[in-house]
Amino acid sequence: MTIKATSPVLQISDATMAYGDKVLWTGLNLTVQPHEFIAVIGSNGSGKTSLLHAILGQEQLTAGQIRVNGKPVRRGNKNIGYIPQHRGTDANTPMRARDLLRLGLDGHRWGLPLTGRRVTARVNHVLDCIDGHDLADKPVGTLSGGQLQRFRVGQAVIASPDLILADEPLSALDLQQQQAVANLIDEERREHEAAVLFVTHDVNPILGMVDRVLYLANGQFRIGTPDEVLRSEVLSELYGTQVDVLRNQGRIVVVGTHEHEHHPDEEWS
Amino acid sequence: MIFNFSDYADLLPLITNSLIAGALLAIVGGLIGVFVNTRDMSFAVHGISELSFAGASFALLAGTDVVLGSIFGSLVAAGLIGVLGAKARERNSIVAVLMPAGLGLGILAISLYQGQALNKFGLLTGQIVAVDLPQLAWLAGISVFILAVLALVWRPLAFASLDPEVAEARGVPTRLLSLVFMLLLGLAVAASVQVVGALLVLSLLVTPAAAALRVTKVPAAVAVLSVVFALVSVLGGILLAVGAGLPISPYVTSISFLIYVVCRVIERVRK
Repeated sequence: MTIKATSPVLQISDATMAYGDKVLWTGLNLTVQPHEFIAVIGSNGSGKTSLLHAILGQEQLTAGQIRVNGKPVRRGNKNIGYIPQHRGTDANTPMRARDLLRLGLDGHRWGLPLTGRRVTARVNHVLDCIDGHDLADKPVGTLSGGQLQRFRVGQAVIASPDLILADEPLSALDLQQQQAVANLIDEERREHEAAVLFVTHDVNPILGMVDRVLYLANGQFRIGTPDEVLRSEVLSELYGTQVDVLRNQGRIVVVGTHEHEHHPDEEWS
Repeated sequence: MIFNFSDYADLLPLITNSLIAGALLAIVGGLIGVFVNTRDMSFAVHGISELSFAGASFALLAGTDVVLGSIFGSLVAAGLIGVLGAKARERNSIVAVLMPAGLGLGILAISLYQGQALNKFGLLTGQIVAVDLPQLAWLAGISVFILAVLALVWRPLAFASLDPEVAEARGVPTRLLSLVFMLLLGLAVAASVQVVGALLVLSLLVTPAAAALRVTKVPAAVAVLSVVFALVSVLGGILLAVGAGLPISPYVTSISFLIYVVCRVIERVRK
């Protein structure tokens, strides 16, 4: 067992992201320690995905700096595990679920995917963690949404990353699957001391795991614990209009954001 | 008379070059086909082959090397499709525009050409006895190059084909890989046009892998089966064509199609 550094995993300093005149966020400062679980919440177009892309080195900040493990971001960081939004895979993909897992370990390397004992052992260990042995030899194209997301989580953590970035990993999953996938990410960060940045439009499935919330709206943001940020007065100020945060049986519902009126079936938009 | 095998033993030495060329192309086509299928590029293969045909026809007309002309046409098409058609929908319309243009230009060049009729027809429907030594050297060189590069990029290319976003996050140069793949595909098409002809390149670069994917999804098994299917189609097609004195392509495509049908039936029965 390696001892991980106690220095911050992620440091975002005075960062601005703007497209022309449209400023998504500015003056963003966020330091994330190992083991921290951060929920990134905000309306469509508030720059949640741009934030992840900036951390991955795929998008340039307009101003400011991002450091991962103390080093400026670069494209293709092996210390970051990335879980994308759920999309089905093509039924024709010549790959089993275990092959998908394995790509997280060495998919970036040149050459043929020859199998060694070390790789097999690692894949089997992750299969234990995600309870995936039954599905391991199924073609990826035949997995259900929830099953596929479980393997995507496994793929993201198989190389023991220090930082897990998840971009709406629960969208298109039913409630039970949402809980299973969220728990899996939570377990992985506990086991590996990894920090998690979890982009979501519904905080409820992860409410019990979240240490801090980064709420993006209107070119501004608020950072704090869920109790500090998810309050009527805080969000009303952020949106510049009356927003009500209702708590009901441990669930949080936000009423009054403009997006909400367009998507009455979503609790967070 | 469709088959006449009475003087077969005398014919065999004459087609040794063709058999070697066919085997090489089958290995290349079977392996490239795996990625053609997973990257949803079947239609692009057709588009590239028509421009490859145009290039070869103009080379024939100009009296220069037909293989070079065919490679030139292929690479122009592969480059255009690769650069302009990153998204599947755009790609399809670009291919649909290139295809008739290539076919038209090729037919123009062939119509103006005054030489042997065998060569004219061969570029569209394939030829067997026409593989000479310099041509075989070309094909072998191209094939070895494709196989070497393919072995080098296999794993990241598979990653990028499955999940480009995640692959990019892990540092896989997805954009570079798609251009490299288009280059390999262009070369494979140019080489295949020489043997099965422009109209039937799909039977070598798409059908064997498509058939393999019907019966297995295990990565290594798909690759091996695809190559075996391609070898059976091409070598079987050449050997039958020699007996009949007809173009090679109807035999190659029929065997290839038959294998595909059998694989579909196997898939059905298993469910």
